Amino acid sequence: MPFFCYLQEIQKRWYTVSCDFYTGVRSEKVEEMRAKLADGVYLTCLPARKFKTSLLSAQFVVPLRADHAAVHALRPAVRRRGTVRFPDLSALSAELDRLYGAQIDYTVRKKAESHCIGFVASFIDDAFVPGGEKLLEPAASLLGELICSPVTRNGRFLPEYVEGERVNLIDAIRGILNDKRDYAELRLLQEMCSGEPYGVSRFGDEKSAEKVSPQRLYAGYAELISTARLELFYSGSAAPERVRQALLDAFSTLPREGVRPVPETLPHAARAEVKCVAESMDVTQGKLGMGFSCGSDDFPALLLGNTIFGGSSNSRLFLNVREKLSLCYYASSVYHRQKGMITVSSGIEFENYQKACDEILRQLGAVQKGKLDEWEFTGARSTLRNAYASIGDSQAKLENFYLGQAATGQEESPEEMAAEMEATDEKRVFEAMETVALDTVYFLKGKESGE
Amino acid sequence: MKETFYERIGESAYRETLPNGLMVCVIPKPDYANSYAFFATRYGGMDVRFQQNGRWLDTPAGIAHYLEHKMFDTKEGNALQELAKNGAEPNAFTSNAMTGYYFDSTEHFEDNLKILLSFVSVPYFTQESVAKEQGIIGQEIRMIEDNPDWQIYTRMMHALYQKNTGRISVAGSIDSIKEITAQTLYDCHKAFYTPSNMILTVVGGADPVHVADLARSVLPREGGPKIPRDYGEEPEEIAQKETAAEMEVSMPQFLTGYKCVPAQDGEDYLRRSILGDLACDLLLGESSPLYLRLYSQGLINGTFGSAYEMMPGIACLYAGGDSKNSRAVAEEIQKEADRIAREGIDEEYYQRIRRAAFGEMLRDLNSFENIAVSVTEGYFHGFDALCFPQAFDSIQKDDVLGFLRENITRERAVLSEILPRK
Repeated sequence: MPFFCYLQEIQKRWYTVSCDFYTGVRSEKVEEMRAKLADGVYLTCLPARKFKTSLLSAQFVVPLRADHAAVHALRPAVRRRGTVRFPDLSALSAELDRLYGAQIDYTVRKKAESHCIGFVASFIDDAFVPGGEKLLEPAASLLGELICSPVTRNGRFLPEYVEGERVNLIDAIRGILNDKRDYAELRLLQEMCSGEPYGVSRFGDEKSAEKVSPQRLYAGYAELISTARLELFYSGSAAPERVRQALLDAFSTLPREGVRPVPETLPHAARAEVKCVAESMDVTQGKLGMGFSCGSDDFPALLLGNTIFGGSSNSRLFLNVREKLSLCYYASSVYHRQKGMITVSSGIEFENYQKACDEILRQLGAVQKGKLDEWEFTGARSTLRNAYASIGDSQAKLENFYLGQAATGQEESPEEMAAEMEATDEKRVFEAMETVALDTVYFLKGKESGE
Repeated sequence: MKETFYERIGESAYRETLPNGLMVCVIPKPDYANSYAFFATRYGGMDVRFQQNGRWLDTPAGIAHYLEHKMFDTKEGNALQELAKNGAEPNAFTSNAMTGYYFDSTEHFEDNLKILLSFVSVPYFTQESVAKEQGIIGQEIRMIEDNPDWQIYTRMMHALYQKNTGRISVAGSIDSIKEITAQTLYDCHKAFYTPSNMILTVVGGADPVHVADLARSVLPREGGPKIPRDYGEEPEEIAQKETAAEMEVSMPQFLTGYKCVPAQDGEDYLRRSILGDLACDLLLGESSPLYLRLYSQGLINGTFGSAYEMMPGIACLYAGGDSKNSRAVAEEIQKEADRIAREGIDEEYYQRIRRAAFGEMLRDLNSFENIAVSVTEGYFHGFDALCFPQAFDSIQKDDVLGFLRENITRERAVLSEILPRK
């Protein structure tokens, strides 16, 4: 059924991003608006006048699964090659140039155990376009065409496009190896979450990428665009009604049938015994990854605890393992909310493996036992407040934040999350961090090293 | 303070040169939660030979970067920690010709600014702390040596330049940093971290007058003498045609570089930098016929990119990425440049590229960091970066054609490759 049949009332929610500087300047008041445009199609609209550009994004949210990841990753790349109206890169590029260097990038992201694939368009805001030309409508239309009217031949995608992008995808999958830090982080997740979707790379694996055919891609595509959740996002100076109308027109031929809910993410199943994995490669610096499972699901407490542990340049890992003991060049940790995990990533000298492991665990112990200075709490709170407040200053951050929320079924705004964090006391942080236990260790070492 | 309004980009700037020679520039951004401060000195990885008190000094490669690391140490502890306590995100970088210290924060901005100005202007090193840093920087050097992007760029610079110190890696080497002592760090700080060699740029909601007052109260009253530097007399010829190394990578990577004619400081510098970018877009940008052809043929992929870079006394244009046949790509780039040189540039195509390039420059103004770094670069090279639309308008099709004809030639080209280990 076509898209426009499902017009619904716009739900409004007000919130303010405000911050008092010493000079008393107040930041722009933002009116966030989320509207259901059709069955499983939502628009998040964030009006803002402060940017030089407008951002428009269209993202499908599907379950992240090992056997589908590569084919999903390939979809937007192939569609970015051409539409019925602009059938090749050359025609598409000329149109983007004409729109004052508008950009449309395909994106492949992993949000918890959801796979988000689509396009992000960015174009200069109407206020700065010479001659008062409007760019929102043509940009929205291009976005709609990339999704609803891809170029086809004999009822399937052009084989040369599929082949070209398949090779690019395989190169990208192999290319993860080039940055050893990224590689080690992915390997830790693969080992820790083996058997769970979270261990799957956003690009999928090489073998599945090799098997993709133009027929299979086209067949799956029709199903994807009619059944998957579609999240639309806009940030810029245009009035919400104009944005809504532009998107309704752009997506008027989008089929909608058998719409599926947003996939759920299951927390990581903690191991009884620590899993240790080591690999050798021709590198001069070792990479150590440590994965922890969290028994608690107290989100703000774990977020604060992790910030103190390794989540900022003022954290225990940074100040002690890096600065004080010079054990590594970098050491930081990430809290994976939906999975109930904390992962540590660090670069170390091969021979410091044991020392670094011990020290990282010792620092975690200090956070768990509450052996902290007062400033560590104020610092962590301040870091998180700053991070949440900064989201509204960047269109890319806003888009990424709201997509993450939508893909994991959350509804809090950055301000609400900041407020929850502020309301969390130290006792709750210690209690939550007490449940954090070592699960998996991954070590990338050099070929000549003795071990 | 003097206010300038830039109508074409909808921005204002407040500027003042303090009696000690420091330039203060504030660009108000009232609608943002964040404020960003960038405090920079005209001193970077290439400033290894300079004159102090009438004597020429040779300092170890990597010293500017080493100094940057050590500046965060204060008598009381560590400035990084102080800033992070206030929720600020502090960091610093050293490039070839500048060292910049910065933070952004949504609260306690003036407190943070005070900390920034103070730790950058007051050095505090001990022999022990300097020795300890060798471990950390040694690790950093090892990490970048494992990075193919760094290897390929550094090797290209070595192939392009024979003498200019821009060819030196900003971080130095494990051996060169061993020669650094607390005394050499103090000497370099004294020479280059004087207010008259620096600029403070603030982008955000801060009050310009407060910013200038703060700088006046925290920084030394006196500026310093102008420090003559020796970057080396660079001949026109490249150093070597090709360079290649093997690394643990999945696919060959390459950069093909062109040794370009350097620009003079002043308006010419800004104009030349825009001209170089336009030449990149026109010759091999994402919507150029060459890019589209190579992409369709599978000779390049999404990693392909290009840049035009300028440093004191040198300039280069380079392009590269992953490719299974880098030689063929390099050859195609040269052939396309030769074709354009022969046949000229199509008017419609030129207008299209021009339009897109303008949009791109405007887009860059979304980033506080971009704004601050451009303003700083402009100050060091004698131009106003926020006047880019005027400089842009002054460029004609024939200027770009002239640039390509002069610079993108076989004699000026080098090829740097990283190949997978067998």
